[in-house]
Amino acid sequence: MKTYEEINEKIASKKAVVLTAAEIIDYVEEKGIEQAAKEVDVVTTATFGPMCSSGCFLNFGHSQPKIRITEAWIDDVLAYSGIAAVDLYMGATQLRHNDPANLDYPGEFKFGGGHVIEKLIRGEELQLFALSYGTDEYPLKEIRTRFNINDLNQATMVNPRNCYQNYNVAINTSNKTIYTYLGKLKPNMGNMTYSSAGQLSPLLNDPLYQTIGVGTSVWLAGAKGHVYSEGTQHASAVERTANDVPAEGAGTLALTGDMKKMNADFVRGVSFKGYGVSLALGVGIPIPILNEEILRKTTIKDRDIQAQVIDYSLDYPMKTGKVLTSVNYEELKSGSVNILGQDVETSSLSSYEKAITITEILKSEIQDGSFTLNKPYMPLPPNQGMKSMKVSK
Amino acid sequence: METKKLLLTFKKKVVEKPIVYHLVKDFDLIINLYRASITEEEEGFMVLDITGSASKIEEGINFIVAEGVKIDDAQKAFRWDEAVCTSCGNCLTHCPVDALHIKDRTTMKVEFDQNVCIDCMGCIPNCPFGACGSIFQDK
Ligand code: SF4
Ligand code: SF4
Repeated sequence: MKTYEEINEKIASKKAVVLTAAEIIDYVEEKGIEQAAKEVDVVTTATFGPMCSSGCFLNFGHSQPKIRITEAWIDDVLAYSGIAAVDLYMGATQLRHNDPANLDYPGEFKFGGGHVIEKLIRGEELQLFALSYGTDEYPLKEIRTRFNINDLNQATMVNPRNCYQNYNVAINTSNKTIYTYLGKLKPNMGNMTYSSAGQLSPLLNDPLYQTIGVGTSVWLAGAKGHVYSEGTQHASAVERTANDVPAEGAGTLALTGDMKKMNADFVRGVSFKGYGVSLALGVGIPIPILNEEILRKTTIKDRDIQAQVIDYSLDYPMKTGKVLTSVNYEELKSGSVNILGQDVETSSLSSYEKAITITEILKSEIQDGSFTLNKPYMPLPPNQGMKSMKVSK
Repeated sequence: METKKLLLTFKKKVVEKPIVYHLVKDFDLIINLYRASITEEEEGFMVLDITGSASKIEEGINFIVAEGVKIDDAQKAFRWDEAVCTSCGNCLTHCPVDALHIKDRTTMKVEFDQNVCIDCMGCIPNCPFGACGSIFQDK
């Protein structure tokens, strides 16, 4: 048994024993749970993939004369301005003004909110165009100016939903190609796509939220951020396999961090043909090895994590709830899985390779004492369901 | 007589030189031009066949290289930017020949084999990160 304080002391004196979620599997196999739990202080987990529910608050400071912005576009992408005078929120999936979207189906969606966020973090110059109706104390009605992230007072990423605990595998049983946020799906089960770091994924290494809670420090694209709330659609009361790993989406995290400290390699605008734009994000979460039980959970392997195969041509859009079958991440990562008697090629939207990189970066930051842990001050709801939209008759 | 297929790329200042004219006039080569583009940006490209005697073809190639034209060894228009690629893998099921592939399933790193690529462009619309492109298409 260890405490957060003890682990943080070891981190501060650069003596913490840290392993990645990939390394811990063999380590425990070799040493046994008991011995490993004594030795290991932290296991680093990570994921990198598209996370649509992401965005950022930006504060521009005041112009002279002042403007109370009521409509705004950054590089022609609409930003939400229904907050204070020069605060804006840029969301990841916002399309660029005049994007033809799917009028010319399937649309290309070359640039949008996710790309604006990536450009900001790259330190590139962007254009702000803002309008106002004008008031006595905020007389300016229009402004057009160029800026980069260093010209802003704050650029704070605030993501209502990241790090889905598990995720659907998408397939298309219809006889025509469909375009989704999980990529292009060929007809007649021509391919299938998934999006999860599997055995490296944060909430799959802490399936019952024993260490990850509100207040947990996270590595958010290179910045030290934290979990500020349960994520939207956090639904912990789901079917779980024997190892407590959920068979479906389940838990989610709401994350925040300072964009001025982020690394653009881990914040990338993405374009999904026929679907839209989004943001791919790299997140690393350290798991303190407080006891054997917590350690055992981090030894989860790809083959022990099941994901549900959903038909995105019918069952997903119509919300029928039907699951075609389940597959595990070892099968998914092999490149081909037999589904209902047919060999189907697999590919992913998340990057396992980048997730490995993040677990290693976070490991070295903890080893060199620069990244310490936070004890959560509130657990994630352990037994919460998810409502469907109420549609009035 | 033999025929050689070439993919030439060149910088803007070379664009103004009458390279094709010289290939015909000075080296007695027959030119069949398939595709060419000169953009406002830095580079232009040209896909062509040249037919003539082996020695004249060699002389002609030496001439254009001396003029500052780059001859693409792989003869492919497809461009993969490793620095932009995140190894997400979404392109893999859209590449018919596994030019984009994963060798090591423990790291899941996506690699590209220029020699295997057949320039089909199938991966381009399926790369969410913009790592796949072609000199035939604007970014
Ligand atoms: S252009 Fe075609 S063959 Fe070449 S890498 Fe892309 S999909 Fe594969
Ligand atoms: S889809 Fe693009 S980013 Fe993803 S692996 Fe293929 S080339 Fe790389």
